[in-house]
Amino acid sequence: MDQPDSPRSGVTRRAFIKGVIASGAVASSAAYLFRAGGEIFGQTSAPGSVERLITLNVNGQMRRVDVMKQETLAMTLRYKLGLTGTKIGCDRAECGACTVLIDDVPHYSCSVLTHTVRGRKVQTIEGLANGDQLHPVQQAIVDEQGFQCAFCMPGFTMAAVGFLKTNPNPTRQQLAHGISGNLCRCQDYDKILTAFMRGAEYMRRSS
Amino acid sequence: MADTKYIGQNYTPPDLVAKVTGRARYAEDFRAEGMLFAKLLTSPMPHCRVRNIDASAALAMPGVKGILTADDLPDLGPNVERALTNEPFYAGEPILAVAAVDELTAAEAVEKINVDLEPLPFVVDPLDALRPGGPDARTTGNVWGAPMPGGVGPNAASPVKTIKWTGEQFADADEGRLPMGEPTEQWAYGDLDAGFGNAALVLDETMVVQSTGHHPMETRSAMAYWQNGKLYIHASTQSVAQTLPNVARWCGIMPQQVVLISEYTGGGFGSKGGGAVSTCIPAMLSKKLNGVPVMMRITREDENYIGRARTNMSGRTRIGFAKDGRITALDLFIVQDNGSYGPMGDHRSAGLAASIIYQPQAMRWRAISVLTNTPPRSQQRSPGPMQANGQRAKLTSAFIVEALDKGKQAFRWDERKAYSGQRRGAKVRGVGVAVGPHGSGSIGFDSLMTLRPDGKLYVQSGVGNLGTHSVMDLARVAAEVLAMPWEKVEVVWGDTGKGVPWSCLSVGSQTTHAMTRANFAGANDLKRKLQEIAAKDLGGSPDDYELSNERVHRKGAGGGLTYTQAAKRAIELGGKYDGHEVPEDINVMTKGAAAKHAGLGVMGVAKDNYPRNGTTYSFVIGFAEVEVDVETGKVTLIDYLGVGDVGTVINPRSLLAQIKGGSCLGIAHALQQKWVFDPKYGLMLSRRFHYSKPLTILDIPATMNADAVGLPDPETPVGARGVGEPPVGAGYGAVLNAIADAVGVDVFRRAPVTSDLVLMSLENKKRMHEPLRAHV
Repeated sequence: MDQPDSPRSGVTRRAFIKGVIASGAVASSAAYLFRAGGEIFGQTSAPGSVERLITLNVNGQMRRVDVMKQETLAMTLRYKLGLTGTKIGCDRAECGACTVLIDDVPHYSCSVLTHTVRGRKVQTIEGLANGDQLHPVQQAIVDEQGFQCAFCMPGFTMAAVGFLKTNPNPTRQQLAHGISGNLCRCQDYDKILTAFMRGAEYMRRSS
Repeated sequence: MADTKYIGQNYTPPDLVAKVTGRARYAEDFRAEGMLFAKLLTSPMPHCRVRNIDASAALAMPGVKGILTADDLPDLGPNVERALTNEPFYAGEPILAVAAVDELTAAEAVEKINVDLEPLPFVVDPLDALRPGGPDARTTGNVWGAPMPGGVGPNAASPVKTIKWTGEQFADADEGRLPMGEPTEQWAYGDLDAGFGNAALVLDETMVVQSTGHHPMETRSAMAYWQNGKLYIHASTQSVAQTLPNVARWCGIMPQQVVLISEYTGGGFGSKGGGAVSTCIPAMLSKKLNGVPVMMRITREDENYIGRARTNMSGRTRIGFAKDGRITALDLFIVQDNGSYGPMGDHRSAGLAASIIYQPQAMRWRAISVLTNTPPRSQQRSPGPMQANGQRAKLTSAFIVEALDKGKQAFRWDERKAYSGQRRGAKVRGVGVAVGPHGSGSIGFDSLMTLRPDGKLYVQSGVGNLGTHSVMDLARVAAEVLAMPWEKVEVVWGDTGKGVPWSCLSVGSQTTHAMTRANFAGANDLKRKLQEIAAKDLGGSPDDYELSNERVHRKGAGGGLTYTQAAKRAIELGGKYDGHEVPEDINVMTKGAAAKHAGLGVMGVAKDNYPRNGTTYSFVIGFAEVEVDVETGKVTLIDYLGVGDVGTVINPRSLLAQIKGGSCLGIAHALQQKWVFDPKYGLMLSRRFHYSKPLTILDIPATMNADAVGLPDPETPVGARGVGEPPVGAGYGAVLNAIADAVGVDVFRRAPVTSDLVLMSLENKKRMHEPLRAHV
């Protein structure tokens, strides 16, 4: 978080967070804040506020993108950069479906402001494979037929890839702890662990 | 089927690489030029009436394009839930929707709308609704009556009635026993009085099972637009073919005017069985705005309210046992919290399941389904049988004994039983076993496939792709019958624009049974046509020909046609061969789909007309070992095994995943997942994942195993039955029984069995929890 609250800008970081808290606490439908690019409605962008047109390093590519100051990385990826592989399951850091790697560390992209990842390396599920060559962890999922509906799969996979970078040879239990920030409602956890243990093996072999 | 090449073998489903690379597109992943966003205004009160809506300030905002209220939606008939309402029956029920150029503008517009609401009486606990003078959930009554004459199925239409029990009848409630007054439905068989008279032991117990939300990972977001009078809708559903007419009904148009795209569904568990009624909101907003695309993202918070939940059931069981353990009499009374819509039939399924599992010599089932001002329910994976764990149904087959024997050995039951109940330090182990039964297959659906000159077999699949792989598995049957290399089979699914046959609802463990039958019929139709084409060209009778190596040829190694040649000949011959003539008995949807594919190759198209004698049920036996810490009340699941009796296994890896995953849902019900309501204000306190506590990867046992007996069902040609639901009751029952084995049967009378509940009961040496409250 390197953006100061600016009393001159329409929506401050504090107000944004307050909005998030309020909408989470009442039966309100105003639970999500999102603004597409282009004309701005209901908010003036005062001089001195955050620059909107920024460059992001996503999956090894430098992408110019118009980002509102309160926009989350999940929304930028999905609605500005067309990277819909990153899923939004809860939008409140509960389920992990939106997990991406930021400088190789798994983060919930629903809870990261896009402006905070400037100058950092973002990797999504789309950036794992090398052309048609699947990442070892992806190959392991295919080989073990990991996951069922697979809506949680991208987030789980990024969490596992991130964890395996720090612990390439985990026990099943260590791996479970490493990816315990992700939910699967098909509750295919046993097979998910089997697939990722194989993924760990493939990664060790390929490195 | 003997000597199979594909059935019973693992394979890689053709959608897996798209899923693992992020290319698979779920409903919210679609974009369209000029797409607007919709936001909902939902009811802040559990029951109220909309007196007035003033949207003038919202509509005057730049970027706000339109508003949709209940008045814009077709009337679906009395007591039928619509996507928007002028009389919300639960807090969180959508009243209106606003479309704007972006989501923030839509959300701001919603905040600017003044809705004048008249509060009405409400009730969130079913027993409160039955008390003398208690509040009713609706102005028209408090319970669903028995199904109206001619009603069929577990959720047949019923009238809303008012039933109150007397203060005397409620006397039992003060002692923690479920009161029993006038039921709305009942059945009985055998001599109940004699059964209790002959019993060596009679128990009278009350048990409460809580509601839980389905909470699929993908919420019911949808995007819709209109072109040339047709509605194109990207939605999340468990059942593509069956959702199409529902969308048409919700929007007041003909099914032929709808193109439904749902290639990937992020889970449903019963909550998206025939689609979601809310998906008509973006469709109707778009219609009002001249067809411009509208995306409605459903937040997790919205999903909690509109996303369906399992019914809550409070049950009272009087049960008589003979000395040998045989149940001589079972008298079951169920109070079902039906929620705000419905009518739900879980209470009926629960009664049937109890009669099947326990096989009592005499049984009576009485039940009442109570309306409450809580979010609407739908069937949730094993609806009813999980909660039960009439009539004696004749089953197509049951190999429960084989499954029990197999599991007992694999689980080393006797070895574990020897140390269960013994305290070691603060820990005590327990083992439990339970049978999860569930109806597992419907009949009479259609199949459609074409063998084309490119040498490929195109199998049209009208079921949903919700993660069970049955959407693909059904094509394995066609490949088997037609001796077709699997690499040359293209499964076409998830888009009604591409033509799908009338298929079953992918709910209630139906699909594998229903659609393997249908595709067996369709593939055999195609096979017969190949034989006839060969006989026409090469002489002899069709029966002289067989299929192998992508050829139809004379038996042995005689002459014949390649599939490519035969496909070309079919197109030349026309008529029934290439689908220009189709059977009379297929559904109108299948006829429409067949018309799209006529002339493309040899067509296999047929309705499943195979006979079936009896009701189809699948069973999973759950075996569980738990460890209870008597100082903290914490229950840890140590080991679990599920053994299925589900007929022939089509896709082993997927089957075992279904058994384990389904068991996990039951385990979650037994240990942690629940709804909590504030009864004073009628508001839910357990919104979102954090508070409703679904199972995480740290909650599953260290070892988790599954197996199946694999004995074919004799009443279906492929031998296969469904498996989605039975493991839920197995997991639930096995864990509860294991806890009872560890710390005694008197510790709990409700689920989930949380730490505080265990600890309080152990410390006070009696059950301490309030047994009857519905949502605590």
